[in-house]
Amino acid sequence: MRPESSHPLLTDARDVVLFLALQEGLPLVSRPYAALGARAGYSEAEVIARLRDWRDSGLIKRLGVIVRHRRLGYRANAMVVFDLPDEQVQQVAGIMCGLPFVTLCYRRPRHGDEWPYNLFCMIHGHDRGRVEAQIRQLIETCGILEAPTATLFSTRCFKQRGARYPLESAFLQTVEPLLPA
Amino acid sequence: MTPTERLILNHLQGGFPICERPFLAVAERLGLTEDVVIEGIRSLLDAGILSRFGPMYHAERLGGALSLVAMKAPEPVFERVVEQVNAFPEVAHNYAREHTLNLWFVLATEKPERKAEVLAEIEAVTGLPVHDMPKITEYFVGLKLTV
Repeated sequence: MRPESSHPLLTDARDVVLFLALQEGLPLVSRPYAALGARAGYSEAEVIARLRDWRDSGLIKRLGVIVRHRRLGYRANAMVVFDLPDEQVQQVAGIMCGLPFVTLCYRRPRHGDEWPYNLFCMIHGHDRGRVEAQIRQLIETCGILEAPTATLFSTRCFKQRGARYPLESAFLQTVEPLLPA
Repeated sequence: MTPTERLILNHLQGGFPICERPFLAVAERLGLTEDVVIEGIRSLLDAGILSRFGPMYHAERLGGALSLVAMKAPEPVFERVVEQVNAFPEVAHNYAREHTLNLWFVLATEKPERKAEVLAEIEAVTGLPVHDMPKITEYFVGLKLTV
């Protein structure tokens, strides 16, 4: 891997501080980007410019709220998987993503006889019966009535948090004096 | 949850503006005041309805690795395996699901090479094999839950 591909957008020590500070959460004040800037040594305008860069380049997928969906009553959450011919996956996924109740959709590798499935989608719902009806609708709409399939409802959630990225400790040490006490 | 909090929650799942007065911009869109938006988010965080208010970083673009991992944890040792898996800070989400592969978790590591290490450590500590299922293609990530 090219060395610059590790954190290509965090080119300045202040960026690292900004990145870590932002990860703690946006300050709940009228001018949050000014508050973040005060921690990182950037002006408000510089923070806004950096964050727009990060968003536009995809380093930040999205800024906003991350919900604990179970607390909101989303308790019927199904991972629905299919074994499709590889050449069909793209087309079927396209149809699947058009369904309003599909929340996530990925192609993933098969794992032998125990796990022959290569297309994964998620349906988050309040009611199991309704989610099951949506799965039937999905199968019909996509025209995949013959495809081997499995539905895995989640029964318990043991851990749910956003992933944290501590950044390399050596990299971090170079900016240690800049970190707020 | 109050109707105002509901309004804020539904709106902010679609993103948050990057401008000088972002809470004011949201408030104007929703017909609220800036203070009501700020306090609404604070109370949603305090109530634990939001796990976070901030960025969703892109693991791969940060040079890291992200994967979905499945395990078959037999009933007698299930709770122990869950604890052992959760003890890894790289494990972000962990769910029991109805299948012979009954434990599914998301692994996020800062460095790609760390992923294989963590998987090996999980196998060593639990004594059970892991099935690594990193995404090949992401077709849709629009997880937005209306309340």
